[in-house]
Amino acid sequence: AARSSPADPPAPPRATGRCHQLFISWALLSSLPQMVGVVGLEIHAQIQSTSKLFSGSHVRFLAPPNSLVSHFDASLPGTLPVLNRRCVEAAVLTGLALNCTINRKSLFDRKHYFYADMPAGYQITQQRVPIAVNGMLVYSYFEGRRRNQVVTKSVKIKQIQLEQDSGKSLHDDERSQTLIDLNRAGVGLMELVMEPEMCCGEEAAAAVRELQLILQALGTCQANMAEGQLRVDANVSVHRPGEPLGVRTEVKNINSVRHLAKAIDYEIQRQMEVLQSAGKVLNETRAFDSKSGNTIPMRDKEGLQDYRFMPEPNLPPLFVYESEASVPAGVDPAQVVVIDRLSGQLPELPSVKRTRLVETYGILQEHSFTLVNEDGLIDYFENVVQTTKAEPRKVIGWVIKELMGNLNSQNLNVSQSPISPCALAELISLVESGHISSSTAKQVFQEMWKAPEKTVGQIVKEQDLWMINDKEELQKICKRIVDSHPEEVQIIRGGNKKVLNKLMGEVQRETKGRTDPVQIRAILEKMVS
Amino acid sequence: MFCKCAARASRALRPTHPRCGVLTLPALSDTVSASGTSWSHWTYKRESSNSAWSSKVPQIPTWEPVAENQLPPPDLVDKLERLALVDFGSKEGVDCLEKAIRFADQLHVINTDGVEPMDSVLEDRELYLRDDTITEGECAEELLRLAKHTVEEYFVAPPGNIPLPKREERSAMLKHSEF
Repeated sequence: AARSSPADPPAPPRATGRCHQLFISWALLSSLPQMVGVVGLEIHAQIQSTSKLFSGSHVRFLAPPNSLVSHFDASLPGTLPVLNRRCVEAAVLTGLALNCTINRKSLFDRKHYFYADMPAGYQITQQRVPIAVNGMLVYSYFEGRRRNQVVTKSVKIKQIQLEQDSGKSLHDDERSQTLIDLNRAGVGLMELVMEPEMCCGEEAAAAVRELQLILQALGTCQANMAEGQLRVDANVSVHRPGEPLGVRTEVKNINSVRHLAKAIDYEIQRQMEVLQSAGKVLNETRAFDSKSGNTIPMRDKEGLQDYRFMPEPNLPPLFVYESEASVPAGVDPAQVVVIDRLSGQLPELPSVKRTRLVETYGILQEHSFTLVNEDGLIDYFENVVQTTKAEPRKVIGWVIKELMGNLNSQNLNVSQSPISPCALAELISLVESGHISSSTAKQVFQEMWKAPEKTVGQIVKEQDLWMINDKEELQKICKRIVDSHPEEVQIIRGGNKKVLNKLMGEVQRETKGRTDPVQIRAILEKMVS
Repeated sequence: MFCKCAARASRALRPTHPRCGVLTLPALSDTVSASGTSWSHWTYKRESSNSAWSSKVPQIPTWEPVAENQLPPPDLVDKLERLALVDFGSKEGVDCLEKAIRFADQLHVINTDGVEPMDSVLEDRELYLRDDTITEGECAEELLRLAKHTVEEYFVAPPGNIPLPKREERSAMLKHSEF
C-alpha cells in the first residue's frame, strides 16, 4: 500500500456543494487525506427520426411486439444497411451545438457480442473515426443555503458516434425464458462520451439536465430518461487529487436524473469505504437499485468483454461537406449532409435563451433557469409581461412562486394551467393600480385556480376584497386597534418598535388583508407616537 | 501453435514467428520461378536492392519448444473459444485453424509501405443516404413464422446468454462434423 501523502497534500479541486460535504465528512471520519470522486458519463441518446438508422422501419415507443421490424432489423441473411440521412444530420446538429469538430470523413465498425436482443451478433457503431469529436458541454447548478449562487462548469465531450440500438428483452424468470421484441432494434443512437471531469452526483445531474434541454431544443432527441430515450451510464472511481485514477466501476440501470445523482454519490461513498477498510475496488458493472438507493453488482459471468472490432464492410466511409460549394460535381446537394446548411438551422440554445431573458427582463439568473426548464413557461411569462403594465420583475414572482407552486403540487404542466396568461395579467394589473392588496391577490389567485370560469373582477366582487383606500376609514380602523391594545402601545412608546408589526397584523386581520401595509404602518406610527 | 492436447503430450512447440512456412505453400511455389514472370522480377528486384523493407518471414521454419507453464492458461483458451465460437479443443480444430491462418498469411508477402489501409473498395464513392421515410416493417407474422418458439408475438430466448456446452458435451456434438 502506498503511503505517499506528503506533509501538505495538494489542495483538492474547488470544492462544491455535495462534493464538499462528501469529502469533509470523510476527512473527519477517517485519517485519510481528502479523496474525491471521479465521474465520467456515457450517454446514449435515441435519435428522433421517423425511420431507423439503417432500415426503413418506423421508430415508435409503443407498438405491438415485433411489428416495427424489417428483414434487416431481424438480421435475416441477404439484407444490407442503408444509412438514414436524418440520423446523420441529427448527429451533426448535436455536434455543432456542443462545439464539436465534425469529422468530414467518418467510418463504421462492427462491435461483436452475443445477446438475444441483437440478432446479428454485432452492433454497427463508429469506433475508429466517429462523426464528431472534441466538444464541450457547459452546465450550471445552484449552491448556497437558498440555492441562489450559480456555479458554472464545463465537461469535455470526447466524441459523438452513431450506432444501432438493440431490441428489448423481457425476462420471465418463472418460466426461465426471455421474450424478445425487436421493435427497438436498429433505432439510431448517438453515443456521447464525456471525459471524466466531474466529481459528484450533483454535477452529473446538472450536466445531464442541460444536455436534455439542448437535445430537446435541437429536436434531435426527446431526452426522456423514463422512456429510455436518454440512457446514462456512469463510470465512477475515487482517488486522491494528484494521484493516478482509481479502479472504476460502471453503473447502469439509471432511469431519472435524480437517480443518477443518488447512484453516483452512493457509489463514491461505497468505494471510499472499501478503500478505507484496506479493500480493493473491483472493475465491474453495477446496477442501481432505486428502491434501496444502492448499487449492486450485475451478474458478470462473461468477465472482461472482447468486442473484436472490425470495419463494417457493407458501408463505405461517410462524408459530410463543409458548404454547398465543397460538394463534388455530379452529386445532388439535397442528397448529402452539408454542415453550413445545418449551422443555419440551429435554434436558440438554452444558455443563449437564459442570457436573453435576464438581459431583456432584468430577472434573476435562477429565475431564467426555471423559465427555460419548464416547457411553455417562457411563452406564458412573456405573454403576461406584454399584457400587463407591471414590471417583469414583479410578474416573475407570480409565475415562479404562485403559478409553478400550484402546478407542481398538482403535477400539472404549464399548458394545463387553469389560469390563463390574460387572467394572471389582469390580476397583477389590479394590484398595480392599488385596487387590491398583494396579500388579497394571493387569495384571489387560489380562488381563480379553483374556479377558472370566473373572472378576476367577479371573484373580487363576490368576496368583497377591494382594497380599502379611504383615508378616513383607515384612520377609524387603526384607531380601533390602537385603543384596544393599550399595553402594546406602551411598549412601542417605550422604544420597542417591533411590536408595531403586531398591531399591523391585527389591522390586516380585521380588514381581511384589504389594506396596504405601507399606509397602515404610517398611520399607526403617527397614532402611537 | 499451442494446443491443449499437444500440451498434455510431451511438450509444446512454438515457431519463432507464428506465421511461417508461407513460401512453401504449394499455391505460391508454382509462380515462384526463375523465368521472367513479373512476380519473380519483383522478388528478385527486392532481394537485390538494399531497401529498408526486409521480410519478417524466415526462409526456413524455426520451431522452439515452449515450457508448459508458459502456455496460455486453459481458461483463457476457453474464453477465446467462447468469444469466437472456434474450437481449439481438438487437434483437428487446431489444424483447421492453422491452415486458415496460413492461407490468410499470403497477404503478408505484399509490401504495403506508405499505403493507407482500405476496408472497402467503394471509398471514392458517395455513401448513399436515404430519406427518412417509412418503407418497411409490419411483417411480424412473417418473421415470427421463422422461429420455432414464440410467445404472444415475442421471440423466445433462454435467460441470459446461451452457455457454451461443457467440453465433454461439445466433443460429442462435434464428433460427426468435419472437424
